[in-house]
Amino acid sequence: MDTLVETKLMLETDLQCYHCGEPCTDHDHTVEDKHFCCQGCQMVYELLSENNLESFYAQRERSSARQEGWTADRYAALEQMEIAEQLLDFREGSLCKITLNLPQIHCTACIWLLEKLYKLHPGIHNSQVNFLRKEAYITFDIELISLRKLAELLASIGYAPDFNLSDLGRRDQPKKDWTLIYQLGVAGFAFGNSMLLSFPEYLGLDHLSESYFRSSFGYINLGLALPVVLYSARDYLRAARANLRSGTLTIDIPITLGILTLFIRSAWEIFQQSGAGYLDSLTGLVFFLLIGKWFQQKTYHQLSFERDYQAYFPIAVRLLQGGTKAVKELEVGDHILISNGELLPADGRLIRGSANMDYSFVSGEAIPVRKQIGDQLYAGGRQTGEQIEIQINRPIAQSYLTRLWDQETFRKDKEKQHVLTTNKMGRYFTLTILSIALLSLLYWLPQDAGMAINVFTAVLIIACPCAIALSVPFTLGSALRILGSSGLFLKNTNVIERLQEISCIVFDKTGTLTESQQNLGVEYRGAPLDASQRKQLALLCQQSTHPLSRAIAAWAGPVRETAPIENFEEITGKGISGCIKQHQFQLGSADFLAVEPLLARTGQVFLRIDKAYVGAFTIHNLYRASFPDLIDRLASRYELHLLSGDNDRESRFLSTYFPKDHLHFKQSPEDKLAFIQSLQQQGKKVMMIGDGLNDAGALQQSEVGLVIAENTNNFTPASDAILDAERFADIPDFLEYSRGSNRLVIYAYVLAIIYNIIGLSFAVQGLLSPVIAAILMPMSSITIVTFGVVSSRLLAQRRGLKIKTQT
Amino acid sequence: MKIIFVLIALSLLIALGFLISFLWAVRTGQYEDDYTPSVRILFEDRPESESKQE
Repeated sequence: MDTLVETKLMLETDLQCYHCGEPCTDHDHTVEDKHFCCQGCQMVYELLSENNLESFYAQRERSSARQEGWTADRYAALEQMEIAEQLLDFREGSLCKITLNLPQIHCTACIWLLEKLYKLHPGIHNSQVNFLRKEAYITFDIELISLRKLAELLASIGYAPDFNLSDLGRRDQPKKDWTLIYQLGVAGFAFGNSMLLSFPEYLGLDHLSESYFRSSFGYINLGLALPVVLYSARDYLRAARANLRSGTLTIDIPITLGILTLFIRSAWEIFQQSGAGYLDSLTGLVFFLLIGKWFQQKTYHQLSFERDYQAYFPIAVRLLQGGTKAVKELEVGDHILISNGELLPADGRLIRGSANMDYSFVSGEAIPVRKQIGDQLYAGGRQTGEQIEIQINRPIAQSYLTRLWDQETFRKDKEKQHVLTTNKMGRYFTLTILSIALLSLLYWLPQDAGMAINVFTAVLIIACPCAIALSVPFTLGSALRILGSSGLFLKNTNVIERLQEISCIVFDKTGTLTESQQNLGVEYRGAPLDASQRKQLALLCQQSTHPLSRAIAAWAGPVRETAPIENFEEITGKGISGCIKQHQFQLGSADFLAVEPLLARTGQVFLRIDKAYVGAFTIHNLYRASFPDLIDRLASRYELHLLSGDNDRESRFLSTYFPKDHLHFKQSPEDKLAFIQSLQQQGKKVMMIGDGLNDAGALQQSEVGLVIAENTNNFTPASDAILDAERFADIPDFLEYSRGSNRLVIYAYVLAIIYNIIGLSFAVQGLLSPVIAAILMPMSSITIVTFGVVSSRLLAQRRGLKIKTQT
Repeated sequence: MKIIFVLIALSLLIALGFLISFLWAVRTGQYEDDYTPSVRILFEDRPESESKQE
């Protein structure tokens, strides 16, 4: 008998959904010989086959087009023209263009399908996918297909567009700036050509042929150099002017002096026909400087270092009296409806329904909190369970969570507060160069006025700190890439410079020191469960999306086969029950099962099988396995603190790792920010390691804000750095590496200065010919570039930084 | 030797052509996405009529 059941089960698991690949539990959804797990998948198949798009199934690599449960009126707010208008990139008449964020894009078949959208609806003219950004640019006719219909069509084929508050008014946001690339192109063009035109001079060919070559080549060079000075080097000239006005001596001043002297002296020589000028060196200099600037930047698609709560909040909510209202216009007293999985955008009071708010993102607490009618609910919570009605009692900008963004901290620019090493160097450098130039001018002036001017300009030319200006971009730019490929993503190279100064590290608890809510620790106490009971329990728990059920399902083991569950019931906030193979399972809270609470603790789940009490589960956050080791390694060098929004339940455990007075519990988002400020007032440089929106203030205030992300595609609050949670244990290595990289920058400076001294020794003697300049300048630049790139790689190898090879 | 000027003018023109086409490529957004086009080019669509016969 048993074997018969087993065979039947085996047969059933063989049936995979043709669309999404999930096992089919019934035979209800079939088209011809193809089986589907649900109505959604069948619909997509029919949609595709009607439109001759079946080759989707041939194109795709793996199947995970699983349909997420979505409510029918999820996109209802898009009906409102004012909201829709703000989401569009462009509109002319009824023709609209929009950029949609489609997080479900995962394989090449997705690109194929999404670019065939025009076949699915006549209103869609064209669609183009950006795979790395997971975006689609769609041109459509809003008269033929409304934005809501478009979003629903995409959701029906498995790509539900994601809209949030920060998408509104996207049209007004500045586009990506390509100026640097244009400048680089122009400089590269001028550099290459003027090098060719300068060769005859260097090789001494000019004396053999007619002299008009020299002058005409000079004029062509001048024509090539003009756009380089006026356009490509524009930013340096502007920065130097601004610095002079504010009285700060930065590296931009000697650079600008060098560029201008090069240009003016070359122009003079060419007009006077006294020489060929140094225009090839000038264009080369600008070209290298711009390459450095470009190399210093690295964009990580899908990662954003700028997000605030708006990127997490919905654009509109449903009102009790029907219709929708834009979240930004919500007023005190509005009655709104929140369904399962929806986010509450403002503080309010619960009027109807039983709320089961998941604050995991805001506070890091994994287990949803149950609220009674009349309770205060805070913005940022996600409802799980039935639909609830809420009366707003504080406008969105003043809610518990969003108030944080009113703080002064969010208006300050961290980068401006930190004086770059290059600019610190720049001050001394500029003064030294100017005094050498003036001294040699004074030395030569009594002997030979023409020579004096020559030497003076030659000093300014050769001293132009191109190599120094390249040290940081190439050394740290290369370090930035190495860190990026090993799982630590930095906003820019400035962060590496700030990392070396850190003296104090502050940790958030939940989600940072502990693992994410997907991975909860389960402890079971009671009568032992046999293998089949465990399997059935796992099966039952899989039916529920509640984090506790998920945790128990994972604990009970993988389910490789399915069995029918009868009378499955889920009572929100209480528990689940169901009958598998004639065994009645009940799982839930103490009052749901009417058992005596053995221990009145949260996260307690009780199990009854066939009406007999079996045991209880205690569920808690798991600390990351590497955490004690990490604290050990950091403690010798840094002052460590812990900031938690949670109560002090675990303080005894944590005090073995942190000094007792460095543990801070029950911290609100504002408290966290204030705490960082108080550390800074004591002169400490602070790194904050956090993960949620409640850490946003502290992340912003600290010298370096580091966010731990389980999945780098997920939302992360604004920060300076994002760390792949898998590399949590490597934080000490990363810190050590960044300190090492900063030392490398100093070595690069030393190299650059040696080149400068060689060049200056030619210049003060009046021996700087264009050839020497043309050799020395690129050579010093290339040496610095090679040194920066190679040494940062060698350092990574020596430090044993594991570089993950991935795209 | 004056012919060299013609050659220089020609070479500058060609280089300028490349510069302009580079600027054009950046301006038209060809560097916005350096991955998707490499996938898109490999898609093969069956002709409509053929797929209907099947």
